[in-house]
Formats: sequence, C-alpha cells, structure tokens
Amino acid sequence: MVDFDMKHIVDCPSCKVSIQRQRLEESLYVCPECGYHFRLTPAERIQQIADTDSFLEFAAELTSQNPIELIGYESKLSQNQRKSDLKDAVVVGNCLIDEQAAVLGIMSFQFMGGSMGSVVGEKITQAMLQGADTNTPVILFTASGGARMQEGIFSLMQMAKTSSAAALLEETGTPLFIVITHPTTGGVTASFAMLGDIIMAEPGALIGFAGPRVIEGTIGEKLPKGFQTAEFQLEKGFVDSIVHRKDMRATLAYLLRIHANRGN
Amino acid sequence: MSEKQEDISELLGRLEKLAKDEQLDLEREITDLKARLVPVQKNREVQPSSAWDRVCLARHVDRPGTLEYISMICDDFMQLHGDRCYGDDPALIGGIGSINGRAITFIGNQKGSNLKENIRRNHGMGHPEGYRKALRLAKQAEKFSRPIVTFIDTSGAYPGLEAEQRGIGEAIARNLKEFSVLKVPVICFIIGEGGSGGALGIGVGDKLYMLENAVYSVISPEGFASILLRDSSKAEQAANTMKITATDLKEFGIIHDIVSEPSGGAHKDPQFVASQIKDIISRDFDILCTKQPSRLVRYRIKKIRGIGHFNGPAGSWWDQLLNIYPLTRALR
Repeated sequence: MVDFDMKHIVDCPSCKVSIQRQRLEESLYVCPECGYHFRLTPAERIQQIADTDSFLEFAAELTSQNPIELIGYESKLSQNQRKSDLKDAVVVGNCLIDEQAAVLGIMSFQFMGGSMGSVVGEKITQAMLQGADTNTPVILFTASGGARMQEGIFSLMQMAKTSSAAALLEETGTPLFIVITHPTTGGVTASFAMLGDIIMAEPGALIGFAGPRVIEGTIGEKLPKGFQTAEFQLEKGFVDSIVHRKDMRATLAYLLRIHANRGN
Repeated sequence: MSEKQEDISELLGRLEKLAKDEQLDLEREITDLKARLVPVQKNREVQPSSAWDRVCLARHVDRPGTLEYISMICDDFMQLHGDRCYGDDPALIGGIGSINGRAITFIGNQKGSNLKENIRRNHGMGHPEGYRKALRLAKQAEKFSRPIVTFIDTSGAYPGLEAEQRGIGEAIARNLKEFSVLKVPVICFIIGEGGSGGALGIGVGDKLYMLENAVYSVISPEGFASILLRDSSKAEQAANTMKITATDLKEFGIIHDIVSEPSGGAHKDPQFVASQIKDIISRDFDILCTKQPSRLVRYRIKKIRGIGHFNGPAGSWWDQLLNIYPLTRALR
C-alpha cells in the first residue's frame, strides 16, 4: 500500500521483521517471513489478478453526496479522495483473467475504511447486474468496516440493494465469487460478502459482523485468539477456501474455467 | 407515574445496589432500565419535540411489541418455533394468524415487557437462528401463497460470541437476498426501534411503514456518538443529527407512510395504533395479493435498486431487470 511509498525498508506489522520494498513487491506484498498479507490498493490488486491492460473500469465517475447533510462529511470525502487517489471505496470494471472474461470489483479499505455508502452500493450493484446482463462471472474483493454511517439510512439500504442484485444474478445462473480480504465486517459481511456461490478469503483476514471491540464490550471479556479470522470462519463453515495471494490469480482462472460451460 | 414505572425505579435501585455490593456486572440491565425511565422523567404526556424524545419513546418499557399487536389485530394466531437447524430464538418470533379470513404469516422482533422477560428475549436482539427461523417461515408462506407481515422492534442483531460463531452476518445477508425476490407480498412495520442490520434482516418488503415515534437507523445514536462524535454520552446530539424519525424517512422516500400514535406514545392507547395497522394490512393486501408474482418482485427490486444519493449516472438498470424478470416468465 502507498503508506510506505517513500521507504525502502518496510516493517511487517505482524512479525515486525524488516523487509526490503523490492522484495515485498516480488512476494506480492506478503511478508516473506510470516505470511502476513499487506493491504493492497485496487490498482495493485488488479495488476496481480487481471491480464495486463485488460481492466476497463466502469461507473468510475460516481461520487458521494451528503444525503443527511452531515457537517464535515464533504471535507472528509475530499480528504479521502486526495489521500487514496480514488473517487470512493470501490473500483469496478470488466477484465480478462487468463483470457477469460470477468466483472471485477475491488474494495479499498484505505477510503474511509472501505465503508459502504450510496456509491459503493451502486457500483457493486452495477457490477452484479452487468454480470447478470452479459452472463459474465462476477468477482468481488471485499474490505470494509461496514455501512457508511455518515450517509445515515441510505447506507443501511445499500445492504438490501446489493443483496437484491445478488438475487438477480443468481436468477440468471451467473456465478458470484467473493474474495474476503482483511478486514471485512458489519454491513458488507451481512450482505453481498456472504452471498457468493464460492467464498474465498485471504489468510488471516478478519471476517465478522460485529467488530471484535464491540463483542468484547458485549461479553465483558477478551475474545479468544484467532476469533473471527479467515481460518475461524473456514472452521465454522462460512468460507469455502483460504487462498494465499500467490495462488489467487490461478485459483480465479481455474474457477472461471470450470464454470465456463454452465448450460445456459 | 404508573405502577409499572414505579417497579422499574425500585428494581433499578435494587440492581444498582446489588451490582455494587456483590461486584456483579449488571451494566447492560441497568443501562436498559435507565433508558426506559428517561421519557417518564421528562415531559410525560407531552408530544415529543426532538428525534431523541422519539428514541426514548421507541424504547419505552410499556411500548406495545410484536405479540401485543398480533393479539390485537388477529382473529387467531399460532406461534411457530425454531429454525430446524440450531434452536428457537425468543428474540425473533413468528407464526400464522388471520385477519378477516385471510391467513397471514407474521414475523417480528420481540422484546420483553419486564426485566425477566427481557433477559429471556435478549432485549429483542436476535441470534442467527432467529433470522433463519424468519426465512423458514417466509419460504413457507411463499409455498402456500400466504402474504407476510413483519414487525420491526430491535436495537440490532446481537453482537455476541455465539452469534458470530453461528454466522449472524450470513443469516442477515441471506434474508436480504431471499426476501427481495419472495413471490408473496410483504408489508413491514417499524413499531419501535429499527436498529441496523438486525432490523433490515426482516425489513425488506413491498411496503414499509413506521409508527410516528419509531426510529430507523444504520447505527444506534450511542454508537454514532461514540464513533463519529468520539463521546458515547452525546447520544442525544447524535440522534438529533442522524435523520432517523418517521418524518425524515418519509421525506427520503424510504417509507411509504406514517402510522400515527396517540399523545404520549403508542402505549397510551395501543388499540388506537393496532386498528390503523389492521386497516393498512387489509387495504394493502387487497391490492398486493392480486398482483402477479413476477410483477411484485420487479417493483420491489425497482424500489430497492433506486435507493441512494450520488453524482453520476445510475446506468440503464430497468432494461436489465426486464431481461432478468420478464413479466411473462413463470417463476419457479
């Protein structure tokens, strides 16, 4: 991620080991020592997943409004746009993966914690309807703290909107593949993230409805180690497979290939 | 002060003493009781003037809940339990009842009317099995072409350890998806608190109504205050900025209409509110039940699809919807 842009040496947030930036790039931003998966920008993710120069973004111009007229929201938005060089917390487009067509959506935790407001809801919905319309598999990478409360009730409604789009996608028999990345909680977990035909997760990703601190506040004690990790969700039956970043492109290509003939 | 309210103040005093003397963690119960006392302590009988006043009324301990409304509007009712998977959730109830000879499936969040019942019903905060029971009953209703009414009254789904282990996120997500394409009409009433995903999990339908003093929000005023105002004691200020009242949501086009309440809140005259709810249900189902299922689903999705405020084009989605849901298509 860009926060170590200027540095040549980066410290792993997990095992604290110092890594040369070039080495980190070569390992797809995975710590060579402990396997910690660094957060990626959508651009970095697209570069790792899609065939070179195949990604064509759509709905790129959508930007948020301030529907509940919350003081400070507009400046927060422009601040995040400057910081992340993104218009909002998701990028969607058409691409090829190993020469197979897919609709690809990638959320960015860097933009207001990946929160889902009207723009994210609309773009995710458009991605799914694009897939439904052209019978092209949809792949969504999630990373989100949940609904964007600055947009009030409109953010909550995006959960219904994206989920109803998933229902339409299902109606056309088009596959929805979800890849959950660190962290994915709240309204995104309680909507499209849990509605994939196949749900994958990056190792160690935090996946849950309520955040760990909220749960600790409810039960009045510390959570057990590893609670709400991708590995925990695999054990509990909510994730199909944990996929290491180095295998992600090949895995998605494989899934696209075996779903190529769907009898419609 | 009503007798019930006196009980609460007394209980509150006893609990606080107990918590202090025995070093017990009763914070949740104490906070809950305090919240329910607030509207009594300040301007009783007076019409609420702020969103926060309505929050207090929506949480009022005497406020009628799902089962109370069902008993007032139905000629008969049979409660149905369990998700056929894990267990029965007393915080989210359901069953079949009839109004003027029409069988209807009812689903609703259920708080308790006293401390003991509130503990049993987990203050109306549902677990995954509650949401899965709701879906089971909804699919059953669809099977028998029975329309559905939901009553929403929860501060949210339960943010606890077991709820996470059993996939509360997945349970709510599945409901949102399945309810959006149910082939029978669904009418939703927010009767008290409409808290976040826990409310929306039974809140996707063809018609959405709110009681005059009900609130509907993406997060509780306390949560909003603690995250955005960095001070959880600023809940009142938060409530007044969040746009969560029935009037706000009607202006936004999120709800269809407001059910009026008597002066002082629904608990002052539950029958007054119940008879309006009953009229709305009969009136709406008279129309909705004659609609072709595919048309019903298309218009439900059209409504949901249109919610959101952003700059830029929304895309040609109506054509896409027509392709996916042609009017003539026989739905499975």
